[in-house]
Amino acid sequence: MPVLQLKNITKRFGSLTANDSIDLSLARGEVLALLGENGAGKTTLMNILFGHYRADEGSIEIDGTPLLPGSTEAAISAGIGMVHQHFTLADNLTVLENITLGTEPLWSWRQNSKAARQKLTQMSNEFGLVVNPDAEVADLSVGERQRVEILKALYRDARVLILDEPTAVLTPQEAYDLFETLRSLTAKGLAIIFISHKLHEILAISNRVAVLRRGAIVGEVKTGNADKSLLAEMMVGEKVTRPTPRSIKHGKAVLKLENVSTKGAATSSNLQSINLTINAHEIVGIAGVSGNGQAELADLLSGLCQHESGSIELLGENLKSISARDMLSRGVGRIPEDRHKSGVVGDMQIWENLISEDLRSKTTSKFGIILDKSKAKKRAEDLIEKYDIRCKGPLAETKLLSGGNIQKLILARALSPNPSFILANQPVRGLDEGAIAYVQTQLLEARDRGVGILLISEDLDELMALSDKIAVMYHGKLSPIFTNGSKTIAEIGLMMAGQESLPEGTLQTAAVEMGGTHAN
Amino acid sequence: MQIEPRANVSVARAAFAPISAVLATMAICSILIVWAGAPVLEAWASMVKGAVGSRFALTETLTRSIPLMFTGLAIAVAFKSKFYNIGAEGQLYCGALAVTYFGTGMITLPPMLMVPFLMLVGAVAGGLILIVPVLLKTHLKVDEVVTTLLLNFVILLFVSFLIEGPWKDPMAMGWPQAASIIDEGVIPAMLAKGRLHYGFVFAIIAAILVWAFMRFTVWGYEIKAVGLNASAAAFSGISINTTIIRTAMISGGLAGLAGVSEVAGLKGYLTLDLSPGFGYTGIAVAMLAQLHPLAIIPAALFLSGIYVGSDAMSRAVNIPTYIADVIVGMSVLAILVSVMLSKYKIKWGK
Repeated sequence: MPVLQLKNITKRFGSLTANDSIDLSLARGEVLALLGENGAGKTTLMNILFGHYRADEGSIEIDGTPLLPGSTEAAISAGIGMVHQHFTLADNLTVLENITLGTEPLWSWRQNSKAARQKLTQMSNEFGLVVNPDAEVADLSVGERQRVEILKALYRDARVLILDEPTAVLTPQEAYDLFETLRSLTAKGLAIIFISHKLHEILAISNRVAVLRRGAIVGEVKTGNADKSLLAEMMVGEKVTRPTPRSIKHGKAVLKLENVSTKGAATSSNLQSINLTINAHEIVGIAGVSGNGQAELADLLSGLCQHESGSIELLGENLKSISARDMLSRGVGRIPEDRHKSGVVGDMQIWENLISEDLRSKTTSKFGIILDKSKAKKRAEDLIEKYDIRCKGPLAETKLLSGGNIQKLILARALSPNPSFILANQPVRGLDEGAIAYVQTQLLEARDRGVGILLISEDLDELMALSDKIAVMYHGKLSPIFTNGSKTIAEIGLMMAGQESLPEGTLQTAAVEMGGTHAN
Repeated sequence: MQIEPRANVSVARAAFAPISAVLATMAICSILIVWAGAPVLEAWASMVKGAVGSRFALTETLTRSIPLMFTGLAIAVAFKSKFYNIGAEGQLYCGALAVTYFGTGMITLPPMLMVPFLMLVGAVAGGLILIVPVLLKTHLKVDEVVTTLLLNFVILLFVSFLIEGPWKDPMAMGWPQAASIIDEGVIPAMLAKGRLHYGFVFAIIAAILVWAFMRFTVWGYEIKAVGLNASAAAFSGISINTTIIRTAMISGGLAGLAGVSEVAGLKGYLTLDLSPGFGYTGIAVAMLAQLHPLAIIPAALFLSGIYVGSDAMSRAVNIPTYIADVIVGMSVLAILVSVMLSKYKIKWGK
């Protein structure tokens, strides 16, 4: 009998059907991968399972017993554990406190921490999930925090473990360690739902793959019978080919950073003596686990913060102090990391967002005072057409656009003034395949026109597919820049973890296994 | 119970929000009227009659709406940029102080110039007093709600000091009030009888100007962008600090005009009871208008009618005039709830 069974789950938000009569079952010791693009309904489905949402129709059974809908407590006590994409740990509490949080009776005078500690140690040993129970969560690495999340679920006797995009924040080696852990968990009979859109991970870890598209299950295959192209086609519904870069031309330096350091609030992510040159006609990729200074580098080059020391040279001109308006007027195009938070004002109309970077130019306003709406609207219409922004027109509310179309809007705004340098920070994160291909094509075309591009990404696949050169960021420092292809995924992965040389033995094979599917 | 956003908010539904809010307010306040032992229908009838039932009542309501329009506009502009100026009361008194300083004989200009001049100095004074809170916010991240609110009391005590001391009018038979505005500086009356003055026209012009400013200018665009999404605005090269400082000056200036119109248009001289909380009621006006500059006009008229009408209601059915404050407070809550309900729907059931 399956440990978990979803029957006919349907969930609507207004006119949108997020989940459309979904049937799924999960057996003991099985890893079921849930594959789908962003917005396909994976997270909604798991939120229903975990009791965050109530399904409009359908039911959930655990070991044949119906689960009370809409109650997280019921889900937890029925044995469902969830590891969210964004961890839900209290930074200022210890590992042990985080794990026992919510499991102790509210009206008891003292915590029964001795028994809890014993149980935790036993679990740690059994599954090879080693963490110091007395360490504060704030001091842990991302990989360790994830282990705490898993232990938290196991501590509550989870029988079904849901992992939502668990590798998004991990280095390839950490991901490999996670997979080892998952294998030992399933060997003990735990059932796992593994949510991802990374095909090679799904092929590496799952027994069975269910593919979601537009809220419905469009197919289920045994992982043994699947390969990357099959899964990709099932996920997207059609064959989409991402662009590949062509020949490399050499241009003169567009942007040159020498010994650039920043000093802000945080410590480990401040830039420390960064040296970086970006030439015309090339894409330089910055790899690294998030939080290692990429955001600071992006803020600096967007003109949102100042550097403490060192020199920044843009088109041969030394920049003393930097502002966003300054960078824009010097021909820097920027694509922000979080397109909803800092890319667009969702409550404004499309034409308004398209002019936001040059409000005072002749094309958008009279004397820099009165907005010239008819001119701005006309330009917006042209850009909507040229960049294929799917919308009702320039007067539509920006927040009604899909993520891909918002990104096209930002791309239109950044590319239309013909920049000489583009900062692209996570330009395709969370986009569907069609939009990814579009954005990447646009960036490559800009490169071919002679634009120098800095591409920051946490996705090594993307970096290796697009970049001419790559550098790795770790704890605010940037590695020497190297030509794409001169280092293996395994080597880059180690650099992302702060190790400079490749040790012998397991890690190497681990990295090779992880990297194996990147060869194509 | 679950709250879900509505896919589309129709115009009819958006327009229904303030109407349903008023109806809900009346229903709830009716309970209070019954509780106070008064006949409900008679009470409401006397309120309507007291607000608009006679020529005198109507002109009083219109007169009372003038400072509410100015303070309502002041709040609306500030809140649009998410600068929470709670100090319109103090800025109103600053406007009144400036008018008293310049308008009681220090400078004499022909009336066609004197009134605009007094409006200008009043607006500048109202704006300038906000410099301290706004710089504290932009440079030290001090919460402006606290600073602007507390500044009200500082200013009020300063006014009290002036009109009990150096500015006390010796001709006022010992009353604590400043000297009268010279004739050239008085905003002329609109009608032969009654207190309605041209400040009403100025307030409506101000509402139209603010609307046009917000809608058609680069500065207006920047104020909206900073309020709706400050980090996107900053990313686009809009200076958040400059925009907030500019917004604060405009907001303070509008509140200062309320003080100008009360001193130069209505009372003729500065007293400590110049404003029965117009600065605070302005917040209610702005919320009721959902921060739309043109909607400030009906919102100010409505609340002004409630205040004026509640006096009549209190005399007719013997309920304390505090019912007006309850109605105003309730209508603000009701509008917030009904606007929320027009954008979201509630699904009941476990």
